[in-house]
Amino acid sequence: MPIKVLMPALSPTMEEGTLAKWNVKPGDQVNSGDVIAEIETDKATMEVEAVEEGKVGKLLVDEGTEGVQVNAPIAILLEEGEDDSALEGYDPEASGEESAASGEDSKADQKDAPKSEAKSEPKADAPQKPKGKTLADPDIPEGTKMKEITIRDALRDAMAEEMRSDDAVFVMGEEVAQYQGAYKVTRELLEEFGDQRVVDTPITEHGFAGLGVGAAFGGLKPIVEFMTFNFAMQAIDHIINSAAKTLYMSGGQMGCPLVFRGPNGAASRVGAQHSQDYSSWYAHVPGLKVIAPYDAADAKGLLKAAIRDPNPVVFLEHELMYGETFEIPDMDDFVLPIGKAKVRREGSDVTITAHSRMVGFALQAAEKLAEEGIEAEVIDLRTLRPLDTDTIIESVKKTNRIVCAEEGWGQHGVGAEIAARVTMDAFDYLDAPPTRVFQEDVPLPYAANLEALSLPGVEDIIKAAKQVCYVE
Amino acid sequence: MATKRSSGAASKSNSARNKKTDVTEDQLMSWYKDMLLMRRFEEKAGQLYGMGLIAGFCHLYIGQEAVVVGVQGALEEGDQVITGYRDHAHMLATGMDPNGVMAELTGREGGYSKGKGGSMHMFSRDKQFFGGHGIVGAQVPIGTGLAFSNQYKENKKVCATYFGDGAANQGQVYESFNMAKLWNLPVVYIIENNQYAMGTSVARASSETHLHKRGASFGIPGEEVDGMDVTAVYDAAKRAVEHARSGEGPFILEMKTYRYRGHSMSDPAKYRTRDEVNDIRDHKDPIDLARKIILEKGWSDEDALKEMDKEVKAIVNKSADFAKDSPEPDPSELYTDVLIEG
Repeated sequence: MPIKVLMPALSPTMEEGTLAKWNVKPGDQVNSGDVIAEIETDKATMEVEAVEEGKVGKLLVDEGTEGVQVNAPIAILLEEGEDDSALEGYDPEASGEESAASGEDSKADQKDAPKSEAKSEPKADAPQKPKGKTLADPDIPEGTKMKEITIRDALRDAMAEEMRSDDAVFVMGEEVAQYQGAYKVTRELLEEFGDQRVVDTPITEHGFAGLGVGAAFGGLKPIVEFMTFNFAMQAIDHIINSAAKTLYMSGGQMGCPLVFRGPNGAASRVGAQHSQDYSSWYAHVPGLKVIAPYDAADAKGLLKAAIRDPNPVVFLEHELMYGETFEIPDMDDFVLPIGKAKVRREGSDVTITAHSRMVGFALQAAEKLAEEGIEAEVIDLRTLRPLDTDTIIESVKKTNRIVCAEEGWGQHGVGAEIAARVTMDAFDYLDAPPTRVFQEDVPLPYAANLEALSLPGVEDIIKAAKQVCYVE
Repeated sequence: MATKRSSGAASKSNSARNKKTDVTEDQLMSWYKDMLLMRRFEEKAGQLYGMGLIAGFCHLYIGQEAVVVGVQGALEEGDQVITGYRDHAHMLATGMDPNGVMAELTGREGGYSKGKGGSMHMFSRDKQFFGGHGIVGAQVPIGTGLAFSNQYKENKKVCATYFGDGAANQGQVYESFNMAKLWNLPVVYIIENNQYAMGTSVARASSETHLHKRGASFGIPGEEVDGMDVTAVYDAAKRAVEHARSGEGPFILEMKTYRYRGHSMSDPAKYRTRDEVNDIRDHKDPIDLARKIILEKGWSDEDALKEMDKEVKAIVNKSADFAKDSPEPDPSELYTDVLIEG
């Protein structure tokens, strides 16, 4: 019985990839461990090893094919004793022996990217670009040409542009230089700016975060990348005690112009220690600015603003959004103001607040609610500290209802803060108690079904919106 | 832009060791006065604490003066200084105004941090003093980062990063050592080994008690120094600073010293005997030692030194008066300096 070789998932978030190169041809004998192909993901080029022995019967996907779905058959191996006749009438899409090839990162193991043999079905709540009417950002001049770009490249461009215009700006972190970034956000910066300004650090978050603070005190403008914010807990003393508080404790002398950035929140199937949303942790602290953008324009415009800001800024990205493509204004120097929320969809019946990846869910929820006659106004918070309370209150005065959605835990969360402010400032306008959507109050589980149960999504937002509208 | 961050440069400092510098009259007289100022300043701070004018934590440097004075003598204009929470003497050493330091201790408007920092949190960009840090060991990566900025800017400056024997066991210290040597950053680590981390002796907390060896696994040279002898401190610091400035990377100086007072004002110091303290005070005191040399060399006499003491006391008394008279910060200061506007 011929063996199907399937397109492997080479990272926790990979759903498709490009079959860049075949290293074998039909008729070749392969043993387990032989490199049979190279696959490009949006993060890296990986070598694929055979898991089974056999003779290559047929290659099902041509070299250079883009968008090959994970788990799609890519080749057929013939078992010992079989010849090409076994291929006759064989349908690779039908059942048969399967062999997921195993991917091997050709450069180095990634700290946070365990290999996985197969991938479960993409979740129903996988991020999608918002459909329907999205309001133009008032900060973008009318008539500006738009171009498509991924969030990853928008962040990269923001850093590159700021590094070009200011010699004091440099980026440091784990794998930011030679490896081109664990998530490829610092791709090609080393080549352009050299190793004095694109600095690979040891895996010592506490130490290099503190070093970054010292460099900022010394007159530089560091961008400190955490491979993920989960690891920044090792460095949180420097983020808060050294970066956020020193200006105050020095009577205004010790400015700390520094950006701490990296992916925050749940990735996909990486377990509790690698899947935490720190939004409310940092948003709690005076002396910090905290930004959590949703789309590429905000990612770029706000990261540029963060780098220029004279204060320490925590810039929370989302791993599952890096590969998402959005339109971005094609402008020379696109900078957005920190501290301004954005109304992404106008509506009269209920206000939904969200930040980062949850904005996409809120927009999808709004579309579905509209089909049922409920017009939701979706506010993308964009900045969590300072929080743009005015925009929220103004909206609630119109809709009289609010749902605060976030990916992290509810207790003492961003939604709790917004609910408190709305209750204080717009109590008389409320027709229903402010309601929150958040992650279940458990460490994020690994099992696919439990993970999906734990994380909030479109349906949770719809349910909450109907609840405050008293609709069943 | 910055010079190439080369790694693995060989150390040649050992050959330079034990070569005593001839200290000049001007140097020793100036150091003596500096140490005296620190001693009297700290005594006054202790007194004001007793009167309730200084509150919270207050860590006195009495007994350790030779360390900071000797090291400062080896620094040049523009070199940075950073330390932990036992920081008053470091500020005076960098030339910060005693009035501003004392007024910060009393939490007044005239303090270096407008009264918002207190004993452990004072800074002066003007004097290149970067604090004043209250979290044990936190100043070590920050000082290493200041050195990083020096290398990046190619300004040939060195950062003197002080920490105690207690902080010497902190993980972030070793993360910093690693990066400092990996990139050969211009930093001198000065371990003020006063033999007690609060109430725990070095031997009770440290598997390797020779703290100057702590850089060995990173390839950082270290040296043990008699931290009660200002001349010995100066000699060692001069070599270490030159090493760092010349691009050879970090250097560790372990200053064997002693604090006469408790860890903080509320420390009853039951972990050591009165005799132990008295013995050091009577036989090893850094100010007495410098005074003896000055008198032996005939650089001054009893009367002149008495006059100097009076002069120093006047400076300290003036700072105490300033600190008492300076008003508390205006209530509007509550909300300033959280963020830089604009």
